[in-house]
Amino acid sequence: MIAELGLAALWLAAAFAVVQLLLAWGGARASGIEGEHREAAEAEMMRALRRVALVQGLLALLSFMLLIALFVRSDMSVLLVAENSHSLKPLMYKVAGAWGNHEGSMLLWVTVLAVAGAGVAMFERRLAAGTLAATLGAQAAIGLGFYAFLGFASNPFVRLNPAAADGQGLNPLLQDPGLAFHPPTLYLGYVGLSVAFSFAVGALVMRDVGPAFARAMRPWVLGAWIFLTIGITAGSYWAYYELGWGGWWFWDPVENASLMPWLAATALLHSVTVLATRDGLRAWTLMLAVVAFSMSMIGTFLVRSGILVSVHAFAVDPTRGTFILALLGLYIGGALALFGARVGTVTQGSTFQLVSREGALVLNNLLLSVILGVVFIGTLYPLVAQAAGVQLSIGAPFFNKAIAPVALALVAATAIGPLLRWRRDNLNALLGKLLWPVAAAGVAFAFAFVLTGASHLLSVLGIAFAAGLAVASVLPLARRSLRRTPLHIWGMVVAHLGIAVSLGGMVADSAFTLERLAAVQVGDNVRVGPFQVALAEVRPTIGPNWSAVEARLTVRRGEGKPFDLFPQQRFFNTPPTNTSEAAIETMLDGQLYTVLGQGDDQGRWQLRLWWKPFVTLIWLGGGLIALGGLLALVGRVRRERRQADAEIYL
Amino acid sequence: MRRVLIWLPLVLFGLVFALVASGLLRPGDRRVHSAMVGKPMPQLNLPPLLADRPGIATADFGKGKPRLLNIFASWCIPCIAEAPQLMKLRQAGAEIDAIAIRDTGDAVRGFLRQNGDPYARIGDDKTSSAQLALGSSGVPETFVIDAAGKIAYQHIGDIRDENVPELLAALEKAK
Repeated sequence: MIAELGLAALWLAAAFAVVQLLLAWGGARASGIEGEHREAAEAEMMRALRRVALVQGLLALLSFMLLIALFVRSDMSVLLVAENSHSLKPLMYKVAGAWGNHEGSMLLWVTVLAVAGAGVAMFERRLAAGTLAATLGAQAAIGLGFYAFLGFASNPFVRLNPAAADGQGLNPLLQDPGLAFHPPTLYLGYVGLSVAFSFAVGALVMRDVGPAFARAMRPWVLGAWIFLTIGITAGSYWAYYELGWGGWWFWDPVENASLMPWLAATALLHSVTVLATRDGLRAWTLMLAVVAFSMSMIGTFLVRSGILVSVHAFAVDPTRGTFILALLGLYIGGALALFGARVGTVTQGSTFQLVSREGALVLNNLLLSVILGVVFIGTLYPLVAQAAGVQLSIGAPFFNKAIAPVALALVAATAIGPLLRWRRDNLNALLGKLLWPVAAAGVAFAFAFVLTGASHLLSVLGIAFAAGLAVASVLPLARRSLRRTPLHIWGMVVAHLGIAVSLGGMVADSAFTLERLAAVQVGDNVRVGPFQVALAEVRPTIGPNWSAVEARLTVRRGEGKPFDLFPQQRFFNTPPTNTSEAAIETMLDGQLYTVLGQGDDQGRWQLRLWWKPFVTLIWLGGGLIALGGLLALVGRVRRERRQADAEIYL
Repeated sequence: MRRVLIWLPLVLFGLVFALVASGLLRPGDRRVHSAMVGKPMPQLNLPPLLADRPGIATADFGKGKPRLLNIFASWCIPCIAEAPQLMKLRQAGAEIDAIAIRDTGDAVRGFLRQNGDPYARIGDDKTSSAQLALGSSGVPETFVIDAAGKIAYQHIGDIRDENVPELLAALEKAK
């Protein structure tokens, strides 16, 4: 019964999306009516449109909640549950199982999309009625495509008859709290970008591109960007501690799929600010809004469909593949065609000189675009090669080499940009302000160079840039009353500082990590960096749905108090998989990372140890970046609200 | 120049679209295989789990007659569901061997008493190493090993009524 209700709610939501699209059409046309009836017609239409969008959001949400209920109840008469869950799974992973598969994640996607649309309808009051109507229409049109996909090709509520005795489980690698909530976080980001996309389409349709549109779009871009930042940071940390290989970024297509929209959103975030404050970069901002959402669609679907791993895997279900591809073509192609046809009518906004805040932001946008292009090409190139009959994969060496120099230039632009005035500035003033950051970079360079020698020149450079950016990013607070500094300035400072912190962590990890691989018997000692690690015992242990062998490592740092670490080799039955559970000790100056490997017949165990100085800064920086985004979002929303109030009481 | 730039994104997208579409529409083998299907059995030498019948060794296969190799465990619930179908296959003349995954002799004896006993040999795989070597992704799973000792067919999940003729056909083909 629950499954049927869920499906009914889904179809009803789709029906409301159709109504929303029609009403939006009417609303957008009504804004073209001249004369006395115009306002009344417009208001009537908008009221109806808002309600329809709200109901659509609630129905989609209901449908998704019902799917979660099916997973929680382990209803094995539903195909999706039987294939992706198991009655013995811990509750949290039953819930996460609802979106840890193709159909469920698509339903989550459409739910977030519909709820976001409802949010726009409820809270957006400052945009011209026609533009808002067109925006809600675009949002409904996107939703409709995915409702159709769910209904016709990817129904999550299909029954299984006869019911399975029990389910087949969930990939044990995914049984981790970090990963269970990783996809929803990223989806919130992706779908937030869909709203930005809809705003851009709405503005293009109504030829209404200006600061008001940018201000309406900005909170959604910020929100999406915050979730993407959190998602990427958490995903990186998950890969780091769960996969047991000690690395934190692999340039895997799945990782790139989340990085590409983030890069586009970062550029969009900065250009939308130029549009909102200075009415510049109109066409460019529209383009970025389209590109950002396109990247999230392309990324998600290329990964979900498995096309990047194998073209044949994509074709496992040809209907699905064709459907997805048709949607991609329709939305992205349609938006780009609309852009091409309409952007000529978007007049150029305000101009500015090269040495100015706008100039630095344009530079930032260009550098981000270059990085995005490199990632995009690197991710898709294996596909091109495959079309030519060559199997290859592109890995970290290519990406690191191609991106590192551009990233350093971007760091420099990030340091310089906030120190410039809007519209125009002079070079001498800028050089004066750069004194402290450059000095900090110089000192850091000298220190790092002495410490590591010439062998790690790129790392040394990275440390210098990180130090310079750290100092430069707090400079905008100098000579200001800290209490009266607007929140969005704090946001910028914190986010830029986060980049410096993160960069510091990345560089420290690549330059100073010490690794030790040893085969040891119980009682043996191994040294890594400042640590003495003894294998005290190896014993079996058992969890809710796995069994494991667990090592007890007694670690002593110099003369300090010894402590124990417990890395495991886990074995899951459904499906049978071995995983390494790393044991990690976090200290102020870094992490000791231990992995238990295979044992041999002579009672020796493989032990992998890493001492990673300051590696935690990578994710701490990611957290700071997200926090900066949050401060900016709160600051912007409060400011908008105050301005709206001020206008009412004028 | 500006006009060209405006349409450039659409052109680029068109190229990517065409690329993906060509990959999608290219005809190919659309079934998912275990990497081991079509290859000779991996080298296995599993000790017997029960005193009354032998364990599993690679040398036992490929003696001119195809055999079924069923991967099961007494703790696996779908294995109970597929037990009647295995009995049907046995009655239809299929010779069935088994690998018991992470199991004990007592538990398996109880399981066979309750659900029927179609097996000629039962190998004891305490560490799942044989299961991983076969490229099996779960319990239960059933392989058809052909007359020459090659893995001819893989059935993933429990055997249902409608799978019995499929497996018999696969056995016939593997002669």
